[in-house]
Amino acid sequence: MATQSRRLPAAEPPESEEQHEPFVLGSVTEKISSTIFGRTPLWWWIGFGVSSLLLLIFAYTLLAIAVEGTGLWGINVPIVWGMGIVNLIFWIGIGHAGTFISAFLLLMRQHWRGTFSRFAEAMTLFALTTAGLFPLFHVGRPEMIYYILPYPNTMGLNPQWRSPLVWDFIAITTYGIVSLIFWYIDLLPDLAAMRDKARKPSTKRFYGLLSMGWRGDAGHWEGLHKTSYILAAIATPLVISVHSIVGLDFAISIAPGWHHTIFPPFFVGGAIFSGLAMVIIFATLLRSGFNMQRLIPLKHLDNAAKLMLVTGLIVVYGYIIETFGAWYTGEPHEWALVVNRALGPYAPTFWGMIIFNGVVIQALWFKRVRRNPTLLILISLSVLIGMWLERWVIVPVSLSYTYLPGTWEIFNVTIWDILTLISPFGLFFTAMFVFIRILPVLPIHETQAVAVEESRE
Amino acid sequence: MSNELSNQPDLNGAHNAASSQPDGATRLEHLVDEKAFAEFLKKNYPREAAVYQRAGMNRRSFLKLMGASLAMSGLGLTGCSAFAPNEEILPYARMPENLVPGKPLFFATSMPLGGYANGMLLETHEGRPTRVEGNPRHPASLGSISAVLQAAILDLYNPVRSIRVQNQGTPTTWDAFVAALDEALPSDGAGVRILTETITSPTLARQITAVQERLPQAQWHQYEPINRDAALAGANLAFGEPVSTVYRFDEAEVVVSLDADFLMDMPGSVRYARDFASGRRVRADNPTMNRLYVIEGGFSVTGAAADHRLPLRPAQIENFARALAAALGVSGVSAPSDTLWSGEWFDALVADLQASQGRSLVVPGDGQTPAVHALAHAINAALGAVGTTLNYLPPLEANPVIQSDDLATLVSDMAAGNVQVLIILNGNPVYNAPVDLDFAGALAQVPFSAHLSLYLNETSEVTTWHVPGTHFIEEWGDALAFDGTASLLQPPIGPLYETVHSGSQMLALLAGDDRTAYEMLQETWLSQLGEAGWRRALHDGTIADSAPAPITPSLQSLNLGAAPSADGLDVLFRVDPAIYDGRFNQISWLQELPDPLTKITWDNALMVSPATAERLGLVEEQLAEVSLGGNVLAIPVFVLAGMPDDTLATYLGYGGGLSADLDAGLAFNAYQLLPNGLTRFFSGASVENTGRGYNLAQSRVPNFDENLWEADDRRPVVSATLAAFQTDPDGIYKPKYEDPASILPDFLYEDNAWGMTIDLTSCIGCNACVIACQMENSIPTVGKDEVARGRDMSWIRVDPYEIPDGDETRRAFQPVPCMHCEKAPCEIVCPVQATVHDHEGLNLMIYNRCVGTRYCSANCPYNVRRFNYLKYVDEAPEMEEWRNPNVTVRVEGVMEKCTYCVQRIVAANIEASKDNRPIRDGEVTPACASACPTQAIIFGNINDPEAAVSKTKAEPHEYKLLAELNVKPRTSYLAKLYNPNEELYESGQDEE
Repeated sequence: MATQSRRLPAAEPPESEEQHEPFVLGSVTEKISSTIFGRTPLWWWIGFGVSSLLLLIFAYTLLAIAVEGTGLWGINVPIVWGMGIVNLIFWIGIGHAGTFISAFLLLMRQHWRGTFSRFAEAMTLFALTTAGLFPLFHVGRPEMIYYILPYPNTMGLNPQWRSPLVWDFIAITTYGIVSLIFWYIDLLPDLAAMRDKARKPSTKRFYGLLSMGWRGDAGHWEGLHKTSYILAAIATPLVISVHSIVGLDFAISIAPGWHHTIFPPFFVGGAIFSGLAMVIIFATLLRSGFNMQRLIPLKHLDNAAKLMLVTGLIVVYGYIIETFGAWYTGEPHEWALVVNRALGPYAPTFWGMIIFNGVVIQALWFKRVRRNPTLLILISLSVLIGMWLERWVIVPVSLSYTYLPGTWEIFNVTIWDILTLISPFGLFFTAMFVFIRILPVLPIHETQAVAVEESRE
Repeated sequence: MSNELSNQPDLNGAHNAASSQPDGATRLEHLVDEKAFAEFLKKNYPREAAVYQRAGMNRRSFLKLMGASLAMSGLGLTGCSAFAPNEEILPYARMPENLVPGKPLFFATSMPLGGYANGMLLETHEGRPTRVEGNPRHPASLGSISAVLQAAILDLYNPVRSIRVQNQGTPTTWDAFVAALDEALPSDGAGVRILTETITSPTLARQITAVQERLPQAQWHQYEPINRDAALAGANLAFGEPVSTVYRFDEAEVVVSLDADFLMDMPGSVRYARDFASGRRVRADNPTMNRLYVIEGGFSVTGAAADHRLPLRPAQIENFARALAAALGVSGVSAPSDTLWSGEWFDALVADLQASQGRSLVVPGDGQTPAVHALAHAINAALGAVGTTLNYLPPLEANPVIQSDDLATLVSDMAAGNVQVLIILNGNPVYNAPVDLDFAGALAQVPFSAHLSLYLNETSEVTTWHVPGTHFIEEWGDALAFDGTASLLQPPIGPLYETVHSGSQMLALLAGDDRTAYEMLQETWLSQLGEAGWRRALHDGTIADSAPAPITPSLQSLNLGAAPSADGLDVLFRVDPAIYDGRFNQISWLQELPDPLTKITWDNALMVSPATAERLGLVEEQLAEVSLGGNVLAIPVFVLAGMPDDTLATYLGYGGGLSADLDAGLAFNAYQLLPNGLTRFFSGASVENTGRGYNLAQSRVPNFDENLWEADDRRPVVSATLAAFQTDPDGIYKPKYEDPASILPDFLYEDNAWGMTIDLTSCIGCNACVIACQMENSIPTVGKDEVARGRDMSWIRVDPYEIPDGDETRRAFQPVPCMHCEKAPCEIVCPVQATVHDHEGLNLMIYNRCVGTRYCSANCPYNVRRFNYLKYVDEAPEMEEWRNPNVTVRVEGVMEKCTYCVQRIVAANIEASKDNRPIRDGEVTPACASACPTQAIIFGNINDPEAAVSKTKAEPHEYKLLAELNVKPRTSYLAKLYNPNEELYESGQDEE
């Protein structure tokens, strides 16, 4: 360990930084609002430029797939689900940490969550938006997708309530709406603060409209807190249900590699795992990008990293149970799949998943690692890659080895698959870049509370 | 068979098309001028406009073609009146004088292939032939039909058909050709040659005689690459005279094939397959089956069906035949000194043959040497087979000649400048003549050459004249079936284009006769049959009892000479199971039809055994250069377990027409290697790996991983020996779980509950069901790239399996249509209820409700669902014509799958409810079951305990695929049974 600790990058923080002078509440507001009213940093322009370029590519990709057909992807029979579904699960997973942090941790009275809650929830919304596009473009006839809605029609037809895809649709939209409301309610005091800070009348009007007449009186604050807790109580089960139902898409089916009862909790664990990775990456970058080392202290990153480790271990447990189950049940089809994905042509992706998800995170047992932002970014990237690979292994790889060996096929990756993998980041990051420039990235009121609390300690 | 066919036909229901010719065409032409008409058409009927433009017709002929009323109503090429021939034609089924729209008519006709007639019924909708069925009254069909014969309908509508007379590549007219020919034709016929394919037709033979009477010096030659030279030469060797052999597999208990693929590529194969399968329809009350030994130089479906198979390089098969003949006491034959086969195997075979005197049969392959045929005749005589398991007939061909010699004579005369006028009727000799003859070079010496064919092909490009020929569906004619029964060709549709009758019209021109093909045909038969007999013959498609009586030729003492020596490698040229000799390479259905064993589509490959591939450094999907007699061909390698060593097998027929797509690399033309000879194998080849890669598109890559098979105790194909079935029929298949419970409620079926059983013992993997399904359900082809991506669309696939069993590896074919599960996993996951269970147990697909989530397919354990990933439907106007009007055309983005031919069920339901009776057993037959040459597919109402399907479902060896999943499939299987020779089997089973 000694050798390793010597290799730790030394850029970050002199321990003294934590023994800072006490916060002045006004300085928190100043600091946070500076991301909006301050000068636009160069890195923002570069990041925004690259992201919007990717966004254009994303739009083009989706358009091409809608016009030409899903056949542009490398999917076939039996591998009927490919990049569309892999990305759907990946992005929904990314969207999981936000509400988990803001709602679940709120109920748990974990006040350090305050630092992350705002941008984590913004991430949730943008990731859900990204994810929501995939089922639409993944289907063969997107123009008919409204058949999935229980709308009154002359044919007297309802959707098929037994299909998890219908549950999925309901769960994801509910989750999206609740998350949006929760996020917006929490924004109100900060929007009011921005209204008060703004100099230009048009900016004032903009924030004024958004803040919906927030004056900061005690009644408002009381209402805000009550609503937050109620919404948190509603949102917490949603966090669990959304990805459980995504897990059920697979668990309900009878395909080898999909038919596992562990899938719902396993999927939730995996989703929060990948979501936290994205949160940590974002927090760390924000920290250095806007010089917010003090508003986002290492201790909070440490806490988030601990959570990531826990959820990661849940995921690893899932892998073990999946393999054990295939062996223990003595189901030859299930076992053939386990053998084939570990030793067959897809082996690199399977072992990549194990290494990126299972092995790399073991470093988080060490506090030194958890408090090193550079390492945290690297580990989080590894988790994102690993979790993407996990979805890849579950979706197309499982479908490659179905019951009848005569029908086995190998997924042929096309250029459209690669574009579908890369370009959605354009939508997500463009939205995030716009978000950090027009809305307070940290909740001012909660950051103040946390800062006060910590300066008292 | 639909109920029209099962009803007693009414001979008076003549369909007189001439009387219903509309006069709208003549009235219309006053209304519009040429240019305005073109614009009108383009604007209102773009699809028809394409035909109009492409055909280069004037408005008048276009309107005549389209039928005025139908063109005006936008129906396109749907008019029966538009295309019916002028002569009277007779429908097969009972019909009133007037056609009932929406009701199909069936007409009997025959398709000549290799010269021999194959009976078929053409289903026509409003005058438009849409599908091909077997003709139950034709001896070569008995209601069944092969993949190739069914797909022939697509040639009729192929948009790239030749439709214009050409002179040196310039479009001209038939009249110009007639004038030019008249000028070129010498009065005594000196230097006039006619080259045809094999002709058995009495009418064409008479016409050729008439030509030779008018032009006494004219000579007639016959050539096609898949000929019967060896059989003819073998008969001459054995009997001193040509004879035709007709086998009776239903009488045989032990069959030995000497490189004969009698289930697929001999005249009469469809019938042979049926007879062969009838000897192995094992049921609890009839636990007997015949036994098949196959000694072969390639790997054919006949070999895959064998109970014992001996792969032997082709040049060694004559030695095997000699050894067999010697062992069976044929005089004058000595056994070869060194043998490549196991003595034990050989002795067991000899003992088996001797024990079943009079019930055994030895079948020589058409590609083998004449000596093998002569030896087979001698062996069959020794076994007492003549008159019991085979019959000899006088030669069926109008003029039996050794075609390879005949062509060589013609080519040398051409090259010497002795040929002034060469008329080629059909065929494509520039493409498929043996390479060492240099047909094209000799053709250049002929001043006037004309080629009549369906397509512009290699030959028509170098002849001075090209004449577009009619499709056999558009013409009158006759031909003999494999057993000598005379069969008629009756066109249910007039020529679609201004084409020339493929044989008759050109011969009539040469003979100076101006009668039509119909009159010629009537001249042959009307006086013989009388008016009633003629009508009966048209209705049946065949002339009853017209087969010649069997003869008993006397065997001469065999003078065989030396056995062929095997040096270097043997190259075996096989008949392609899909595109035959290449004449069907314009048919996309057949190009996309997977090879039964290798599953390769769209391409030719060089099949080699694993040991030979390793020894010669050949790698699968890499190009190898094969050299034979100075000719070289680069061709991708496919390693096929079960091939004999030192043998390179390839198919004839690729690299021409559609498949000659050089950009796509689809140009592996084996004719570039084919030397002239009596056999279809040649020794002395060498091969070298070029190391260049080439992708072969395999559909549904079969998994032959032996270890996996061994590890998996739930085998998709249940197999057992006949002996095991006889001792303990119930022990063959034991489900893993006895009657597992389900949480899903049961459906109740009050009337019908449809079900299917597929007998794996009968299935020979011939793919007839695949094409039948494609035609019935208008399934599009997707092309090589899409097949390579795993997106082929066939609703029924045939999975080949390799079953390790002691010393031998057995093969089984498993056709997999939709299982129509009782607890269908697809139904509960569809979010929009686009796939639902109906009241008769069908699992339905509702195309216009489908949004394309593909969840149903992900949840289908059998992977029988197919998705329209891209726009696969061919919208060329001609290609819309063959579609079944009773089946919805599926758009891009929807799922589709086998429906048990629900349209046929509905039609039968309507008929039955009109008569207020239940649907009778056998009234509904899905397309796959009606085509199946071996009747392996049994369909019916499982609620009716007396139905054939219920009886098969009660058999002890019935099992359900993946029964342990408890999805309760409606389609079930009868286990694959083998009948190995006990002496050989026990030795092979020691380790078990």
